[in-house]
Amino acid sequence: MATLPAVEKPPAALADTPAAKPRTGFRKHWHLYAAISPFYLLFLAFGLIPVGFSLYLSFHRWDGLGSMEWAGLAQYQYLLTDSDFWQSIGNTIVIWALATFPMIFIAMVAAVMLNSAVRFKNVYRFAYFLPNVTSIVAVAIIFGSVFSTNFGLMNALLQAVGLDQVAWLNTPWGIKVAIATLMTWQWTGYNAIIFLAGLQTIPSDLYEAARIDGAGPVQTFFRVTLPLMRPVLLFVLVVSTVTGLQSFAEPQVLLQTTANESTFSGGPDHAGRTMVLYFFQQTFDNNDFGYGAAVAWGIFLVVVLFSIINWRLVRRRGEA
Amino acid sequence: MASTIKGSRRRGIALHAVLVLGLLLSAFPFYWAVIMSTHTSTEIFSYPPKLLPGPHFLENVRHLFDNIDFFGSMLNSLLVAVSVTVLVLFFDSLAAFVFAKFEFPGRRLLFGLLMAIFMVPAQLAAIPQFVIMAKIGWIGSMTALIVPAAANAFGIFWMRQYMKGAIHDELLDASKLDGAGFLRQYWHVALPVVRPGLAFLGIFTFMAQWNDYAWPLIALTNPDNVTLQVALSQLNGNHGTTDYGMVMTGALLALVPLLIVFAIGARQIIGDLAKGAVRG
Repeated sequence: MATLPAVEKPPAALADTPAAKPRTGFRKHWHLYAAISPFYLLFLAFGLIPVGFSLYLSFHRWDGLGSMEWAGLAQYQYLLTDSDFWQSIGNTIVIWALATFPMIFIAMVAAVMLNSAVRFKNVYRFAYFLPNVTSIVAVAIIFGSVFSTNFGLMNALLQAVGLDQVAWLNTPWGIKVAIATLMTWQWTGYNAIIFLAGLQTIPSDLYEAARIDGAGPVQTFFRVTLPLMRPVLLFVLVVSTVTGLQSFAEPQVLLQTTANESTFSGGPDHAGRTMVLYFFQQTFDNNDFGYGAAVAWGIFLVVVLFSIINWRLVRRRGEA
Repeated sequence: MASTIKGSRRRGIALHAVLVLGLLLSAFPFYWAVIMSTHTSTEIFSYPPKLLPGPHFLENVRHLFDNIDFFGSMLNSLLVAVSVTVLVLFFDSLAAFVFAKFEFPGRRLLFGLLMAIFMVPAQLAAIPQFVIMAKIGWIGSMTALIVPAAANAFGIFWMRQYMKGAIHDELLDASKLDGAGFLRQYWHVALPVVRPGLAFLGIFTFMAQWNDYAWPLIALTNPDNVTLQVALSQLNGNHGTTDYGMVMTGALLALVPLLIVFAIGARQIIGDLAKGAVRG
């Protein structure tokens, strides 16, 4: 780097002008730019250009083969009145809520317990984390059998205690409960581990002080633990929002039935058709690429909106 | 005094009882898959449900291999996951080294851009990505899966944080005095120090690639040339007509490589992920 020939150096007068500085900087540091360039090139080709193109596409009609036709805001106007899209938003939010609130509650309880039980902590951590790393396709197949109407374990359980069977994957609520159960199973342990890590950063003298002040375990939890866990809670909520609102493989694998039906239909009455599933259906089943792009931007807005709401909720609860 | 010791021991037992219940709930679906994979379909359809293993595992395996190219698709998955992991480890650590230890014009801007990229959701780019790859003829081949994943913002960010703390400037200065150029500093000084960070990133990347489903589903249009996850879902799509024991066997066998990788890297994965979450 220091071996650049003298000719390459700009005249002193030029070197002081702001325009010349980056050029010398670039030449001097070319190897650094070269080292970081693969990521930016890949992002340009498979991130930035596609995202820009999808915005452009959302103002057009296109079946992916013929010529594109300018549509202006028509796709978005249709999106706003598209009852199927609104249904998919409703489905997604209901499934997300059914999964997330039990998940956070159970994870918090498990983390508090793990934090006090010293023995076998690593065994529990390993076992609780296991569901999160397993492939969603395999898990959805397994849960499909658990919730199966004919021979499922859930129905066998209901029958054993004298209750009526439920056609889990054939009723709107059953479908949502089944998907939410799968998500809860897969993410509760993950969140418990995250909570546990947060709990371990809380100094123990704070708990001692609370005990001396005569606070019971419940009071200690709400007055000491929860306020200090706010950043971790926020992380867990944001992750669960971003992943939960973009659920795709869970309903897709769980509810695909026969090959001649669309595999993105989300089951009877489309009760399990989430936003991303709807996006796939419009794009790759109907070959409506322009409208698909508009749906994708709609999903993006919903996810951003939800993340902001969560963030504000957690903050306000902490401040009150 | 004696009563409080007894009380706390009782509480300890109750605590472990609840934790073990959680453990059983976490593990049960795996157990259930094992049970189902050892029974024939007719046995699975019977009531009360079978809760103990049966003798039909090998039969189910044979049906599985007759129905899908299990090893072929597993090889595809391995090819993709290993290639992506190697490329990600190289490109991400190289870029992270630059961002962690060097000053150059535009550094802040470029790194800010990287962090922003982190937030863009995948499906926004899905259609144009598909179109671009169709145009250059990658659709249907593993290249469509490997190249776009070869470097990522998360890995660069993660490795940069790691390198900032682990690689001391004195070490770099000393190697510079010894005449080491940029690449030698990266390879001989930086990389050996950050091995644990690389291990986490590598295992994490491998598992994410192994489990990826949405993109391979649309990018691999030829049903004879798919990854394991897509092959499995195709098998499941026909479960109205074919047998469930076989599908379960497939689901179970597809988990084996993943469980091995997880068992190897569990400490790293669980510990580092939790640490990162608390810090962020």
